[in-house]
Amino acid sequence: MSEVTARVLPRTAWHAAEVVEVRRETPTAARIVLDVAGWPGNLPGQHLDVRLTAPDGYTATRSYSIASSGDGSQVVLAVARVPDGEVSPFLIDELRAGDRLEVHGPLGAYFVWHAPVDGGSGRPVQLIAGGSGVVPLFAIAQAHIDAADATPFRLLYSVRTPDDVFFAEELEAAAKGPVPFVADYVYTRRAPAGADEPVGRITRERVAAATFGPESEPLVYVCGATGFVEQVATWLVDLGHDPRAIRTERYGGT
Amino acid sequence: MSFITRGFTGRRRDQDDRLPPGQTLVHDFPVLSAGPTPQVSTDEWEFTIRSAAGERRWSWDEFRQLEIEDIDVDIHCVTHWSKLGTRWSGVSIDTLLADVDTEDEYAMAHSYGGYTTNVPLEDLRDGKAWVAFEFEGEPLDPEHGGPARLLVPHLYFWKSAKWIRGLELLPDDEPGFWEQNGYHLHGDPWKEERYW
Repeated sequence: MSEVTARVLPRTAWHAAEVVEVRRETPTAARIVLDVAGWPGNLPGQHLDVRLTAPDGYTATRSYSIASSGDGSQVVLAVARVPDGEVSPFLIDELRAGDRLEVHGPLGAYFVWHAPVDGGSGRPVQLIAGGSGVVPLFAIAQAHIDAADATPFRLLYSVRTPDDVFFAEELEAAAKGPVPFVADYVYTRRAPAGADEPVGRITRERVAAATFGPESEPLVYVCGATGFVEQVATWLVDLGHDPRAIRTERYGGT
Repeated sequence: MSFITRGFTGRRRDQDDRLPPGQTLVHDFPVLSAGPTPQVSTDEWEFTIRSAAGERRWSWDEFRQLEIEDIDVDIHCVTHWSKLGTRWSGVSIDTLLADVDTEDEYAMAHSYGGYTTNVPLEDLRDGKAWVAFEFEGEPLDPEHGGPARLLVPHLYFWKSAKWIRGLELLPDDEPGFWEQNGYHLHGDPWKEERYW
């Protein structure tokens, strides 16, 4: 695609990771902080592979988006429980500080954001998240907050209930802080008391009303389950956004 | 350098010698893409093979009159899922290349929506690759690459370019869109050629 330009990427490799902290993120997800020896740093939006090995040599590997970015050896994941899953229940229920696992990454060079170098204003950024799809979008938002650049930023986040919001404190602080960042929420099952919008699935009208319009030529990042991403991306194209300005990432069923 | 993670025993234990290393069986059909799904009607669809010697072009109707093959294959996505025994219908790349005289050894697959992926011609010839337009007996959904996608099942599935519109034959191997964004130039799942 025309927007692809060659960039120097952090080198991808297998690394030994030590668990620094596992804590509850939502009733169905955990935040996992890893210290990864030799980690080359990562861009906001990238992902990694986690490999677990059993005593008999059996391995299981899964991909997870990274919720953090930048230099340094600390990497933050936020893992949602897949009912009947093999890996996510282990990570959420069993993993604890001091445990070791393997990670491969950082991976992916398209679903990423680069902060303007001088703290100035880049192309507006619209983030649209469905459920745990918020993880790489949070990494992008946090990179923007940390860079304190002037780029206009908006997040539209579809989530079941207020209790299911990932990074709730950080997002609230970001929305109140001095760096441009607006967050809107679509609650699909239960809204907080006093919410203006009705409870229910995201609609084309809500997307049109709560995102940057095509006239401001935003770069749009959409992440969530396949059906969510497919629907939202189709609406965005219908609303007049340039398809090449819409970057998507989908979570499969495993 | 593998080491044991405390407490992990694993419970799915997919035991199937059709499963390459690092892969897990799924029964649904996860999607990997980078942008919105292009909506391409069969009226406007065309398929082109371009080389230094010239160009061959098929409309949808012309393409559908070529010899159709039924294909039963396992597919392997770089994101660690595999699906066994998928059934497709399509036209063999051998059929499409039958009248193309070339010394080129590489191809760049071009898709509607602007994506590209590079594949050596030897991975496309001799009954190893197709342009597929049916999945499990139904027209291929746009979400899964319809009207037609490249099908190169012995490589990771991003090489099976969705929304295919043509092949460009080239003397040298050049990275396509996915490869410029971190995926391996070749992509053999049995060698775990996932990333560079």
